[in-house]
Amino acid sequence: MSANVSSNLAAMLKIRRFEEQCIAMARAGKLPGHYHVYIGQEATAVAACAALKPEDFLFSTWRNHGHLLARGASPGKMLAEILGRSGGYAGGKSGTLHLSANDLGMPTTSALVGGSLPLATGAALACKRQGKGIAVAFFGDAGLEEGAFYESMIIAQVWQVPILFVCENNSIPPKDRKRGQYTSSTLPAQRLGDVTQSLQIPSEAVDGTDLTAMEECFKRLTAEVRNGGGPRFVEVCCSRWPGNIMTWPELPGGDWQIDWAFGGKPDVDAMVAWLSSDPLSLYLKKQLAAGALDRTQIEAIDAAVKKEMTGAAQFALDSAFPEASEAYRHVFAAQESAL
Amino acid sequence: MELTFIDIIRRALDEEMDRDAAIYLLGEDVAAGGAFGVTKGLVDKHGTNRVKNTPISEAAITGMATGAALCGLRPVLEIMFIDFATLAMDCLVNQAAKYRYMSGGQLSVPMVVRTQVGAAGGAAAQHSQSLESWFIHVPGLIVVAPSSPVEAYGLLKSAIRLSDPVLFIEHKRLYAMKEDLPEGAGPLPIGQARVARAGKDVTIIVYSAMVRTALAAADNLAKEGISCEVIDLRTLVPLDIETLLKSVTKTRRVVIAHEAVEVGGVGAEIAARLGSLAFEELDAPIVRVGCPFAPIPFAPELEKALLPGSREIEKAVRELIA
Ligand SMILES: Cc1ncc(C[n+]2csc(CCOP(=O)(O)OP(=O)(O)O)c2C)c(N)n1
Ligand SMILES: [Mg+2]
Repeated sequence: MSANVSSNLAAMLKIRRFEEQCIAMARAGKLPGHYHVYIGQEATAVAACAALKPEDFLFSTWRNHGHLLARGASPGKMLAEILGRSGGYAGGKSGTLHLSANDLGMPTTSALVGGSLPLATGAALACKRQGKGIAVAFFGDAGLEEGAFYESMIIAQVWQVPILFVCENNSIPPKDRKRGQYTSSTLPAQRLGDVTQSLQIPSEAVDGTDLTAMEECFKRLTAEVRNGGGPRFVEVCCSRWPGNIMTWPELPGGDWQIDWAFGGKPDVDAMVAWLSSDPLSLYLKKQLAAGALDRTQIEAIDAAVKKEMTGAAQFALDSAFPEASEAYRHVFAAQESAL
Repeated sequence: MELTFIDIIRRALDEEMDRDAAIYLLGEDVAAGGAFGVTKGLVDKHGTNRVKNTPISEAAITGMATGAALCGLRPVLEIMFIDFATLAMDCLVNQAAKYRYMSGGQLSVPMVVRTQVGAAGGAAAQHSQSLESWFIHVPGLIVVAPSSPVEAYGLLKSAIRLSDPVLFIEHKRLYAMKEDLPEGAGPLPIGQARVARAGKDVTIIVYSAMVRTALAAADNLAKEGISCEVIDLRTLVPLDIETLLKSVTKTRRVVIAHEAVEVGGVGAEIAARLGSLAFEELDAPIVRVGCPFAPIPFAPELEKALLPGSREIEKAVRELIA
């Protein structure tokens, strides 16, 4: 098994198991507020982050867990933050909606649709001025419904800043929507890249279920951006995981099973159908068919990931709730020096 | 029959839509009910032309509502969280609020923007704010903040019938509150505060979810022999200063409480007005209760530490009496 295959598999599994744990924590009443999971989009974050360097900046949305994990964030500190504990990345102040890891070049997460696009464009300007790094903005399809998208694209192109816009399109075509389903954008463009193409920003679409295709795509596009080529836009055509149907994610069919890559089937029809567009299952099947790994190796990786997640959960649950006095801190930088 | 705040708003919308075909609803996912289910089912009766789902485009949909209002329709727009109204500020502040004035009275903007405020456990700094004081600063906007389901019913009906742009503020912690809708309930006056509890020692001035909190505080204080008059403002613009002055003349002591940040809040405006209009009537400085000067943090423990509740109101009243 090549190092690349095992690290890809571990990285995707890590996200999947982390999210399953979040859902379990929410069920157990330990996770306050509402939250979003990245199940079904794991390959995007893994492929994109593999193409990045430590000096690069990443911006995300409410659906940020996968981007952080793929960037190397600590699952324990992430979960502690999501549970509102003092050991979290922001000591409990950000929660899942604004989860970020500044030391990993992920300064902040805006929970406003489109909110991070101008920020990422500004980060790219900072990269250009400082002569190192690029910015990557991950955002959902609804980002294109906000004016900030167009305003950011225009400035990015006119100023030729080094930024890669990654639109993770998990929308559902209007005809397939069910009532009460989690919001989905309605964009009249056939391909989202057509929009930026008209602004002379080169764009392409890539299959979000195909990790290998995305590895190639992100490697090439980040190199172009890094070499002064200006902004690039990529539409990642994601599949919509059946659990992502409402504000509160569910886990239809239970935790993902390795056996599902070996002919086993979930007991929920929607999940059976979805497995053919699950990036994790697809990657496994492809590697199995190529003889790149066997079941024992997969089980060993999964066991290691699960162990890491158990440790993360322990860390988070052991972490104390923040002191009330923390609520008053960090309002101003000047306040810190006065303290 | 008992109805929740959500059910009652839906009923008011439904009845007003029956009454006037110019009224239509728009907002993100309103056909499916919106984020909190307020408009659920209305599309079945009134159709997709009158219950319109919009893109996630706060600036454009607020502008469109204003444009449609200028040209004959009566839109009721839902902005999912008041935090997102920041994206609609140009239209609300520079446009909707000004057209009547700028046209020398020729134009009017009969539009209601329903939005939702407050902290309710783990929604963090961008989904928990109470930004109403920004809007009272803008001449031309009516600002309504109901305190209960029945109040919301009457105030929403009136808001829809006005010919001015209205910001209608719903508090998320009130959504599950239930009340009987009395027989014959109808529109309530805009610009008239309500004495929610009569008392003689201290006046507590509140609005929105804080009314319930103040009533609980008044109950507790009554056990100590302190009699509080609780005034529900109902509308922040116009402000019913007469009712406040009447109460202050009687009690001579005032606490103003709101969930919004105390600094620059609605309480500051009221305190300033009472301070100059009723200086002679006051036996003690006016006291404000509000959120400390910090954003709303995610962790529920931290959120609790900041949010003012009945304890803070009681403490303020006791200090005032002492
Ligand atoms: C300015 C703003 N308007 C509305 C919302 C409410 N909201 C949260 S997530 C969401 C849908 C976002 O869809 P998309 O960008 O495609 O991302 P996805 O959740 O599908 O990954 C909406 C409307 C918001 N957070 N910010
Ligand atoms: Mg989407």
